[in-house]
Amino acid sequence: MIGGLFIYNHKGEVLISRVYRDDIGRNAVDAFRVNVIHARQQVRSPVTNIARTSFFHVKRSNIWLAAVTKQNVNAAMVFEFLYKMCDVMTAYFGKISEENIKNNFVLIYELLDEILDFGYPQNSETGALKTFITQQGIKSQLQTKEEQSQITSQVTGQIGWRREGIKYRRNELFLDVLESVNLLMSPQGQVLSAHVSGRVVMKSYLSGMPECKFGMNDKIVIDKQGKGGTTDEAGKSSGKQSIAIDDCTFHQCVRLSKFDSERSISFIPPDGEYELMRYRTTKDIILPFRVIPLVREVGRTKLEVKVVIKSNFKPSLLAQKIEVRIPTPLNTSGVQVICMKGKAKYKASENAIVWKIKRMAGMKESQISAEIELLPTNDKKKWARPPISMNFEVPFAPSGLKVRYLKVFEPKLNYSDHDVIKWVRYIGRSGIYETRC
Amino acid sequence: MEWASQLCENRGLGSKMTDSKYFTTTKKGEIFELKAELNSDKKEKKKEAVKKVIASMTVGKDVSALFPDVVNCMQTDNLELKKLVYLYLMNYAKSQPDMAIMAVNTFVKDCEDPNPLIRALAVRTMGCIRVDKITEYLCEPLRKCLKDEDPYVRKTAAVCVAKLHDINAQLVEDQGFLDTLKDLISDSNPMVVANAVAALSEIAESHPNSNLLDLNPQTINKLLTALNECTEWGQIFILDCLANYTPRDDRESQSICERVTPRLSHANSAVVLSAVKVLMKFMEMLPKDLDYYGTLLKKLAPPLVTLLSAEPELQYVALRNINLIVQKRPEILKHEMKVFFVKYNDPIYVKLEKLDIMIRLASQANIAQVLAELKEYATEVDVDFVRKAVRAIGRCAIKVEQSAERCVSTLLDLIQTKVNYVVQEAIVVIKDIFRKYPNKYESVIATLCENLDSLDEPEARAAMIWIVGEYAERIDNADELLESFLEGFHDESTQVQLQLLTAIVKLFLKKPTETQELVQQVLSLATQDSDNPDLRDRGYIYWRLLSTDPVAAKEVVLAEKPLISEETDLIEPTLLDELICHIGTLASVYHKPPSAFVEGGRGVQHKRLPARAGSGESAESPDVGQAVSAVSDAPPAVIPSQGDLLGDLLNLDLAPPTSNVPPVPSSMQMGAMDLLGGGLDSLLGGDVGGSPAMGVSLGGAPVGMPAGLGAAPAVGGGLGDLFDLGGGVGVTAGSYIPPKTVWLPAMKAKGLEISGTFARRSGVIHMDLSFTNKAMSVMTDFAIQFNKNSFGLAPAGPLQVLTPLSPNQTVDVSLPLSTTGPVMKMEPLNNLQVAVKNNIDVFYFSCQYPISLLFVEDGKMDRQVFLATWKDIPSENEAQFQIKDCHLNSDAASNKLQGSNIFTVAKRTVDTQDMLYQSVKLTNGIWMLAELRIQTGNPNSTDLELSVKCRAPEVSQYVYQCYELILRN
Repeated sequence: MIGGLFIYNHKGEVLISRVYRDDIGRNAVDAFRVNVIHARQQVRSPVTNIARTSFFHVKRSNIWLAAVTKQNVNAAMVFEFLYKMCDVMTAYFGKISEENIKNNFVLIYELLDEILDFGYPQNSETGALKTFITQQGIKSQLQTKEEQSQITSQVTGQIGWRREGIKYRRNELFLDVLESVNLLMSPQGQVLSAHVSGRVVMKSYLSGMPECKFGMNDKIVIDKQGKGGTTDEAGKSSGKQSIAIDDCTFHQCVRLSKFDSERSISFIPPDGEYELMRYRTTKDIILPFRVIPLVREVGRTKLEVKVVIKSNFKPSLLAQKIEVRIPTPLNTSGVQVICMKGKAKYKASENAIVWKIKRMAGMKESQISAEIELLPTNDKKKWARPPISMNFEVPFAPSGLKVRYLKVFEPKLNYSDHDVIKWVRYIGRSGIYETRC
Repeated sequence: MEWASQLCENRGLGSKMTDSKYFTTTKKGEIFELKAELNSDKKEKKKEAVKKVIASMTVGKDVSALFPDVVNCMQTDNLELKKLVYLYLMNYAKSQPDMAIMAVNTFVKDCEDPNPLIRALAVRTMGCIRVDKITEYLCEPLRKCLKDEDPYVRKTAAVCVAKLHDINAQLVEDQGFLDTLKDLISDSNPMVVANAVAALSEIAESHPNSNLLDLNPQTINKLLTALNECTEWGQIFILDCLANYTPRDDRESQSICERVTPRLSHANSAVVLSAVKVLMKFMEMLPKDLDYYGTLLKKLAPPLVTLLSAEPELQYVALRNINLIVQKRPEILKHEMKVFFVKYNDPIYVKLEKLDIMIRLASQANIAQVLAELKEYATEVDVDFVRKAVRAIGRCAIKVEQSAERCVSTLLDLIQTKVNYVVQEAIVVIKDIFRKYPNKYESVIATLCENLDSLDEPEARAAMIWIVGEYAERIDNADELLESFLEGFHDESTQVQLQLLTAIVKLFLKKPTETQELVQQVLSLATQDSDNPDLRDRGYIYWRLLSTDPVAAKEVVLAEKPLISEETDLIEPTLLDELICHIGTLASVYHKPPSAFVEGGRGVQHKRLPARAGSGESAESPDVGQAVSAVSDAPPAVIPSQGDLLGDLLNLDLAPPTSNVPPVPSSMQMGAMDLLGGGLDSLLGGDVGGSPAMGVSLGGAPVGMPAGLGAAPAVGGGLGDLFDLGGGVGVTAGSYIPPKTVWLPAMKAKGLEISGTFARRSGVIHMDLSFTNKAMSVMTDFAIQFNKNSFGLAPAGPLQVLTPLSPNQTVDVSLPLSTTGPVMKMEPLNNLQVAVKNNIDVFYFSCQYPISLLFVEDGKMDRQVFLATWKDIPSENEAQFQIKDCHLNSDAASNKLQGSNIFTVAKRTVDTQDMLYQSVKLTNGIWMLAELRIQTGNPNSTDLELSVKCRAPEVSQYVYQCYELILRN
C-alpha cells in the first residue's frame, strides 16, 4: 500500500510530507527531488523506481504530488487516489497552487489522515468529508450524539455520498450533457479515428433521499423496447435516433448490477454537482467542422498555407469560440495572413498561426491563407508538420445522445416527479480535433 | 487575535488564510521561542505554536526537542489541535519512546470518548506509534474498538490490526485479533468488510503458509455482496482479494465472473482493472466452447478501450496492462487497433506504449493503416519515439509477409530523409528483413551503401557490414567498402570488429582473387593486435579453416542461415501468466514479478493462473500450494484433505517390494550396520544398503564418491569421525551431499522416523533414507510413492527395506530416482511430497531437494552458444545474488562447482575481478547461465556476486541456493 505522500513545489521544496509506512524514510523525500524534479528533463514515466522504492507522480500546474511505496501496490488505485486527492483539495480551497497549499497545510494533513489510513484509501467523497472536516476545530461536546452517528454512518454507509435530511423549498435538477469530440483526419479528408467522449453532469437540489432513474436514446434499450412494443412504426422511428454506446462508466451511486442486467440507470444522487456517467461512442458521429488544409513549399524559404473550414450542422445553430491553430516551422521569420472572417495572428512563441472566430452558423465555410517566410537553415531534419488543431463549442451533442427522461421518486416526502424542475443542456466541445497537413 | 493582527502588520498579509507564514520562520533561537509559546496559557497561541512545529517538521527540521511540550498540548477538546499533536507524535514517538508513554493515558481515555470520531482517531493514531511499550497498552482499546457499535470505529480498528501486526506480529496472534478480524468479514457494514479484507490480505502476505484468508464459497459470497455496496476503494480491496481465490469448478468460476462484470462500468479505473484481473484469471477455468466464454471476451474490450480516455498517468498503467492482455489473449482487442494510434499531444510514455501495442496487434487486415501511421510517427521530434517507430516498421515486415514490400519501400523513403538516427535505425531493421526474406530485396543495397559514411552507431555499422559481407558478390566495390572500415579497426566496438572479420572472410570466399590481401590484413588485426579473446578466437578459427580446407571453410562460413522468427520481444509464458495475476499492480507496470522489486518476503510469492477445467488438476490454487509446502510442520493430515492430491497419493502402488529385484544379502548389511557408527551411516548409508545398480556405479564413478570409500565396511566403527572428515575432503571432487535431516519425526508417524538426503552419483539421482523404528512393535511392508512434482522425480525402483524392522533398529536405504514421473509445478519449486507406507499406516511428509540434484553431466555449453543465449534471454530474467564471506579463488570455486555439474564455460579477468561464465542444464532440458564474480585483489572482500539468467526465472533462486550450498561445503 501507499507508504507515504509528498507534495512539492516546482523547486522541489517539500510542502507536505506524510509517511504512512515504516519502510519509507525521510531520504525518500530527497530521492524524488533529486531524481525526478531536478532531473530537468521530460518525464519519461509517471512511475519512477529509485533504489527499490517506487514513486507515482502527477503534476498539477507547478505542484508535484508523489505517492511512495516499497510494495507491489495496485498502481491504478494509487493514481486514482492522487487524482481524487486533487479533487478533494480543489473542493476545499480552490486551485492547487503553492500558496493555497501552504495556506491550508493543516487542513491537508487533516484530510490525509482521514482519507488514507496506513496507506489504504478511505472514503474520499467531498460531500461526506465536509460534514466533519471543517477546520472549525469542532468541539466534541457541541455535536449531539445523533449528529455524530449520522456522520459516521454516512462516511461508512452504503450511501456514503449523501446525507439524510436534506431539504429544499424548490426541488430542481440540472443535467448537462458535455461531449468532447475527437478527430484525427488525414490531409485527404479521410477519418483516421474519431470518437466522442461524453459526460453527463448533474446538479441536483432535491429533498430527502430521492430515487432517480435516467434514460437516454441508448440503442440497446430502444431496440429492446422496440421488440417488446406493439407497433413497428415506433421501433423504426426510434431506431433511427438511437445511438450505439461503445462503453460507459458510472458514478459510484449508480447500481451497476442493475445496469448490467436491465441496462437501466438508477441511483440516489449526491447533493449538488457530480458526474453521473461517462461514455464513449465511435459510430455515426456528427463532425461539426471539416478542416481542409493545403500546404505548399515554395523553395526552401517559403511556405504557402491555405486552410478552409466548413461547418456541418443545422444552419439555425451557432458554434462559438472557434479557434484554428496552424503550426509553423521553427525557422519562421515572418508571416502574412489574410482571413475572411475572425482574427488571425502569428504567435512566434507558440510556433503557430492562431485564427479565432467568435461565432459561426451551420453549413457555412470560411478560409484563411498565409504566406510563411522561412530562414534558411542547414538543419537536415525536415519539419515534422504537426497537425492543424481546432477548438470550438457547439450547442448539441455530436454523438447524437438525447436525454429521454430523468424520473425522481421520493416515497417519504410529499413531492412527485412532476414537481421537480428539470433543465437539460447539451454542449459539444472539441477534444483533440486534428487534421494532418 | 492579538498574534494575528501583529503578524499581518509585520508581513503585510491581510487575509485570514495565513498558514503559509509558518513556512517562513527560520530564526535563531526558534526552538526556544516555540517552547515558550507551547507552554503559553492562551489556547490560540498554543495552537499557533503547534502549527509552526508541524510546518518545521514538514520541511525536515528536527523539532524533536519540543516533544514534552507538544505532548502537553494533547489534552484538549479542540479536535484540530489534537490532530496536530497526534501528527507530531507519529513522527517522533520512535525517537523518544520513553516520553511517548506520556501520551498513552490520553489515548486510552480517548478510546472511551462518546464521540465515535474521537475514538477512531485515537485508535488510528495509536497504531501508527511504533513503540513497543505503547503497543502493549493498545491491545485493550483495540479489542473494544473492533467490537464498537459504530461502524466508523470498527473500520478504523480493522486497519489498526494490520498496523499492529506490522510492529509485532506475535502479539496480534497471541491476542486473538486475527480471529476478530476474520469475523469482521461478516460485518453488516460494507466498509468494515472491505477494510477487514484489506488488512487480512496484507497479513496473509507475510504469512504465506497460514490459511488466514480462508476463502471458501461462503466468504466469497459475502465479499461479492459487499462489493456492490462499498466505496470505490473498498471494491478494489475486495476484487484484489477475490483474484487470489481459485474456484472449485467452472460453474463457480462463471457465477463469480457474472457478479464481477458489472464493475467494468465503474468510473474508477482501478476498480475496472482489478475486475479485469479477476475475469482474466477465472476465464482460464471456463471451457472455450462455452457461450459465456465468448460473451465475456466481448465484454472485456470496451472498458479497456475506455481506460485510454483517462488521465495520462492512468493511461500509462492501462497500456502496460493491455500489453500483457494482448499477449495472453490477442482476440480481445484485435479489432481495436485505431484506439492505439498516437496522438500528437500524448506524453512520450503513452506514445511509446501505444506503439508497442500497435505492433502486437498488427495483422494482414490492418497493416496498411498501421504502416501509414508509423511513417507519420517517424517524422516526429522525440528521438526515442522515432527510433521505435522505424523499428516497428521492420517488425511489421517480419510479422506480416504481405506487407514486407511496402515496409521496405517506406524504410527507403525514410532513409532519404537523411536524418541520421532514422537512417541508422532503418539499416538495422533492413538487415533483419534480409534475414527473414533472403534474396528478395537486395535491390535496395545500393541505396544503403550511399549512407555508409553517416553511420556512427555500432549497431548500425555492424548491420551494414553484415549486409555488405552477405551480398558481397552483388556489390561491385564490396572490397573497397569493407576496406574503408578496416582503417579504424581498433577503434571500433567489438560488435563491429566481429562483423567486419566475418564479412571480409565471406568476401574472400566469394571473390578469392582480388581480396587476398584484405583478408590477410583483417586476420592479422584480429589475431595479433587485438586483446579481445572472442575476436582472437574467431580470427584463428577462420585462419585455420582457410589455410587447411577452403572448401570446408566455405561450407561453414557461407552456410544457409536459419530464418529469424516473427515475434521477438514476447514475455516468457510463465512470467506472463504470473503477471496476468498481478494486473493493475506495480508488477504489471514494470513487467517484472514482485520479487524483482519488493524487498523481503512480503507479497513476493508466485501467483499462477488456475488450470482449465477438465484437465484433471483444476483445483490447484495458490492456497493449496502454500498449505502443502507447510506440510512438514503441519499435521500430515493436510494432504489427504486436498481433493485431487488425495487421489494421486491414494492411488499409490503400496504393495510390498516386488520380488524381481535380487535380494540384498542380509548378513552383509547387518555387518555394516554393526561396524559403522551413526555419523558414518549418514555418509555412506545409501551405498552400503544400496541396490545393485549402485554398486556398479560406485566402481566406475568418475565424479561420484571416491572409490576408496567403498572399503569403509572393513574399517572399524572407531574410524567414524575420521571418515566424516575424509568424506569432506573427498567430496570436493564430487558433488556435495548435504547431511541427512529428519523428514518425518517419529511422533508424527506412529514411531517411524525417517531422515534422509539426496545425492547425485554417476548421473543417477538417489534418495538416501534412514528408517528408524522407535515404536514398540515390528514394522514391515515398506513402500514409497511420490506426489507429482516440478521435475517429475519418481522412484526408479521399489523401496528395498530389510523387513522386518525391529524396535530401535535403523536401516539405511538408497533409492534411485528417475525424472520421468508426472510433472506438476510445486511451491517451492524443489518441494517433494512423499508417502511412505508400512504395515501400520500411510504417512506423508514433504522435503526439499537441492536443485543441483538435477544438474546433468552434459551441461557444458559451447562458448558461442553461451554468448548468444545470454544475449537472447531478456534482461528481466536476470537475477542477482550475493554469496557472502566465501574464501575461494576462482579455480577452487570452479572445481567445486564442476563437481556438481556446474560447468565453467569461460573465465575473464578484469582488474581485480575474476568472472566465471557458467552453464548448467537441468534434467528437463532447461539451461541456466550464470556469471560468478570473484574479487581477487582485496583479501578482505570475500563476497561473491552471482547473476543467473534463465528462461524460467523462477529457478534462479534455487540455483543460487545450490551455489551457496556447494561453495560453503
